[in-house]
Amino acid sequence: MAPPDADRLARLRGALALRADAEGRVDVAFERHASPLGTLLLGATSHGLVRVGLPNDGEADVLDELAARISARVLHVAREPLTRARRQLDAYFEGRRRQFELALDWQLTRGFRRDVLRATARIPYGSTASYREIARRAGSPSAFRATGSALAANPLPIVVPCHRVLPASGELGSYRGGAAAKAQLLALERAMPTAREGAR
Amino acid sequence: MPARLPPFERVIEEHGPALLRFCVAEAGPARADDCFQESLLAALRAYPRLRDPGAVRGWLFSIAARKAIDLHRAEARAPRRRADDPEAGDVGCEAPERDPALWARVRALPPKQHQAVTLRYVADLSHADIAQAMGTSEAAARRNVFEGLARLRKALRG
Repeated sequence: MAPPDADRLARLRGALALRADAEGRVDVAFERHASPLGTLLLGATSHGLVRVGLPNDGEADVLDELAARISARVLHVAREPLTRARRQLDAYFEGRRRQFELALDWQLTRGFRRDVLRATARIPYGSTASYREIARRAGSPSAFRATGSALAANPLPIVVPCHRVLPASGELGSYRGGAAAKAQLLALERAMPTAREGAR
Repeated sequence: MPARLPPFERVIEEHGPALLRFCVAEAGPARADDCFQESLLAALRAYPRLRDPGAVRGWLFSIAARKAIDLHRAEARAPRRRADDPEAGDVGCEAPERDPALWARVRALPPKQHQAVTLRYVADLSHADIAQAMGTSEAAARRNVFEGLARLRKALRG
């Protein structure tokens, strides 16, 4: 049997998502966003942006994670703050924006991890900090290993700039989105003096 | 903790095409879009309470079957919007409309047989899913499909 017309299905799905959202039945709205790193998956609750999925996170895995940890009522629909986030990400990648002004929903991170990410959110554009320094700013100077795992589990990469945290050795260190993505973001922000300083 | 439900977007992705075919066959071309949207909205509302993620398909079609009946009743009250209106015939992508004579026969079957045959051959549901959608045993679902087909064969021969 012939599959129903794809355009018709797409139109119906779009209209359905808008109706569902107007009724308040969409607990997590998501959109895809093309970026120089690849396609990002942006998720938002009524409280704010809750997840930025990097290309190597895998879209299906990110959607599963949102369904399991927040609500299974996950639907593709354009709504704030997603539209705003997409505009700001475009400006950021074009070098026109240095700071994100978005409502954030921190519910995917708790306790010390959240403290680490909040400290990370305050690292200015174009500069970097060490794991040890972030551990100190998060209130546990000795917990720099836990700091590393907090950053590795950052649900809001790019917006909460965990790419600005580097090992004291001056090397690039690891990144949830892969080392190449980290290098790309630091290069965009011209925050790469670490290579020179690290050589000293 | 109950088993994990997939994100609802994936339910639409996986079952949307069959659901739309089912709505065209059951609610008629003029009301298919409403049937599709109303079914998915009702499903979304109830989704967090669904206990068995493995039963999504049957559960979704049980909702759609009820919506189709509601819409049929609405259609009966508004005779100008009948499925065989020339205006309503412009769908062009569903098999039921390619062979209207056959589908008129399907619609003329006793309700349970008619619904079972539609779920089996339009929505492509398994007998287990049909049982779930119609709230019957799997054996009863199988029997409804079988008897519906037998009756159709007889009607087409005669």
